[in-house]
Amino acid sequence: MVHFKSECDVLIIGAGGAGLRAAIAAAEANPKLKIGVISKVYPMRSHTVSAEGGAAAVIKSNDSTDYHAYDTISGGDWMSDQDAVEFFVNEAPKEMLRLEHWGCPWSRQDNGTVAVRPFGGMKIERTWFAADKTGFHMLHTLFQHTLKYDQIQRYDEFFVTKLIVDNGQCCGAVAIELATGKIFSIAAKAVIICTGGCGKIFPYTTNANIKTGDGMALAYRAGVALKDMEFVQYHPTGLPFTGILITEATRSEGGYMLNKDGYRYLQDYDLGKPQPKPVLRSMELGPRDRLSQAFVKEQEKGRTLKGAYGDFVYLDIRHLGEKTINAKLPFVRELCLKYENIDPIKEMIPVRPVVHYMMGGIHTDIDGATSLAGLYAAGETACVSINGANRLGSNSLTELLVFGSRAGKSAAEFASRINSSNFSIDSIANDEIKKLENFFVRRINGSEKIVEIRKEMHKSMEEGAGIYRSEKKKKKSQSAIASLQQRVQNISISDHSATFNTELISAIELSYMLDVAEAVVQSALQRKESRGSHQRTDYPKRDDQKFLSHSLAYRKDLSLPEIKYAPVTITKWPPGERVYGR
Amino acid sequence: MSQEKITLEVFRFRPEQEDNPVFQSYEVPLRKDWVVLDALNYIKDYLDGTLSYRWSCRMGVCGSCGMMVNGTPVLTCATFLQKFAPGPIRVEPLSNFPVVRDLVIEMTDFMEKLKKVKPWIIRKDNQEGPEGEFIQTPSQLADYKQYSMCINCMLCYSACPVYGLEPGFTGPAAIALAQRYNMDNRDEGQEQRMELLSTDDGIWQCTFVGECSEVCPKNVDPAGAIQRYKVAGATDWWKSFLMPWAKP
Repeated sequence: MVHFKSECDVLIIGAGGAGLRAAIAAAEANPKLKIGVISKVYPMRSHTVSAEGGAAAVIKSNDSTDYHAYDTISGGDWMSDQDAVEFFVNEAPKEMLRLEHWGCPWSRQDNGTVAVRPFGGMKIERTWFAADKTGFHMLHTLFQHTLKYDQIQRYDEFFVTKLIVDNGQCCGAVAIELATGKIFSIAAKAVIICTGGCGKIFPYTTNANIKTGDGMALAYRAGVALKDMEFVQYHPTGLPFTGILITEATRSEGGYMLNKDGYRYLQDYDLGKPQPKPVLRSMELGPRDRLSQAFVKEQEKGRTLKGAYGDFVYLDIRHLGEKTINAKLPFVRELCLKYENIDPIKEMIPVRPVVHYMMGGIHTDIDGATSLAGLYAAGETACVSINGANRLGSNSLTELLVFGSRAGKSAAEFASRINSSNFSIDSIANDEIKKLENFFVRRINGSEKIVEIRKEMHKSMEEGAGIYRSEKKKKKSQSAIASLQQRVQNISISDHSATFNTELISAIELSYMLDVAEAVVQSALQRKESRGSHQRTDYPKRDDQKFLSHSLAYRKDLSLPEIKYAPVTITKWPPGERVYGR
Repeated sequence: MSQEKITLEVFRFRPEQEDNPVFQSYEVPLRKDWVVLDALNYIKDYLDGTLSYRWSCRMGVCGSCGMMVNGTPVLTCATFLQKFAPGPIRVEPLSNFPVVRDLVIEMTDFMEKLKKVKPWIIRKDNQEGPEGEFIQTPSQLADYKQYSMCINCMLCYSACPVYGLEPGFTGPAAIALAQRYNMDNRDEGQEQRMELLSTDDGIWQCTFVGECSEVCPKNVDPAGAIQRYKVAGATDWWKSFLMPWAKP
């Protein structure tokens, strides 16, 4: 097989919000640098596109960055690094304003200033929104803005299979060009991973098909730790069969969560008393982890409804009226009509908690730098951590701007400092190419089906790493994942074509997902406490003595990952009780 | 779950294997809540791993999964199987594009055209903006909002009779995006974009029929954008004819 070569100064893997923001920041930091942006899909297909509700930043005079920081930290059950949070809340308004200047169609007040709406877990409303297609508009604005820069060169529909690491430094990546099957080595002085999350390791998720944890697995395989992987966010309101997200904005506009008796059940879970109008940090505007946990408790009491795709409850927005729904939640109505065949103006929406977001990810510092020289990460794939044990709704879109920008700048500075490389890229790339050839081109005798391994992974992740977890269930998942790791080595691939071979890509994605799943289960098993989204039936209390610390999962060949711990940075908000609705 | 089945006749083209495309039939369960994309995923998982197509969000916003279904360009994630019962359903790649393989089309032409219309905010002073936000009232937002809803799914190009004959045509989505920025009160780049579009003969061949707006899954109305451009372009032409000193 021929080995094709390409090079750039800063290589960004992933072209969603974080990757594109990083590209612009790198181009601004040093206009002489050649910036490569590689993605397995065209940039505007990236999953940022699906985010609905909004992005948080302090802009109004009744708000303050300290409020934003406190909401974020208490929302994260004190697992957030407070220095990172302070940096985040201070940068957030600047970043959001830049996006406004670049053309993002933010919803406005009558006087033409940016409008904000409340979101779950917030003391003051501070979520900027573009109706309920905020992620879509942010992504397209960023992508279209990058077209201005001739030094940003894209590798659209290239799939990365390996980071090139030589002499303790990340110096590029190996990737397959999907259209041709050609394998490229792309040399770079610095690499930024911005590949988003890994919701597809679970069966029911709001995540798109492409969210297979690629970047997390690439870094993990290169020896970088995955941090806080046990913290998996369930969004309380997904459509049951498809997992399609129904935005939290439905609740900030005044929607009710109802059980089978039409009762606003959240009042039974220490989230406040029901009021006709939404109250901040109360009831339906509680944090996502607490709402998803309340669903399971209702289910145990037999007060949920039964459907073809599991139990569900209702989200009722009928009382908001046609005008508000069409003006502020048009996408919700469109999704319900097109995918669930119901009209939320007249009918209640069936919902259930579905996997939505990874608080954990590639271990980075506040500059987006990893422990591997030349390797950076930002966005959902990274863990700085501002999100702690539970992310506050509308912080993730802002995070990808703030830390995308920061990582882009840091990587550009790093790339500007180092001389062109003396790395032995060719021999490392050739090894990978041989491996890829053996993996799919010559493979004829594999006996394991992709779909079967994927289904078994889904089952064991839902059982062992769901909303409530226990030692016993997790041990079972751990051995299941380990055996799937063996079986994936013997995968069957029927497609031997070089042209747009999606079966091959699915097989590699599956192996990435298993690596990430392994880190999730092992990290969850060792955290013997309950905090934020990580709830254990066998250790129901938060334990700050032993576990006010980040978990770091390191990959081991042929054995389970090793878990180490690092301290959480506390600046001015000592750990306290999370109080909602009282 | 119902045991009913429906047949999909799927366009296959593997350049290393076939000189000409063929149709391959697959029988899939006909489920009430399944869309055409679910059927393709069923085929990929259980019947034939070699079938290639693009998809991602499955919620009608990433724009990846556009295909011809029984001759009409649609997002397959937003098209229920039930609608076509008892079948068969013919699934083909989007018309007017070269085929890379199976249901995957080549769309680099659009990516280049998109860049050409300068889809970003242009300021005459080259400054990025005021210290705070630009003021934009809800009605100023409404002026261009519709054109900002384009998901680049390519259905409009597939339906466009002009693009089919005149591949140089900038095309519905890219023109709508040019208009999206032209009509944004924060932008001052209209002249630069008009200059580019004025060299595009395709625009004048575009009729009022509006096939593009008909198939648009997001009600962007690219046909409306093109007509508005024509009016603006014609006004400029009259201006330059009547008042040659008043060059825009």
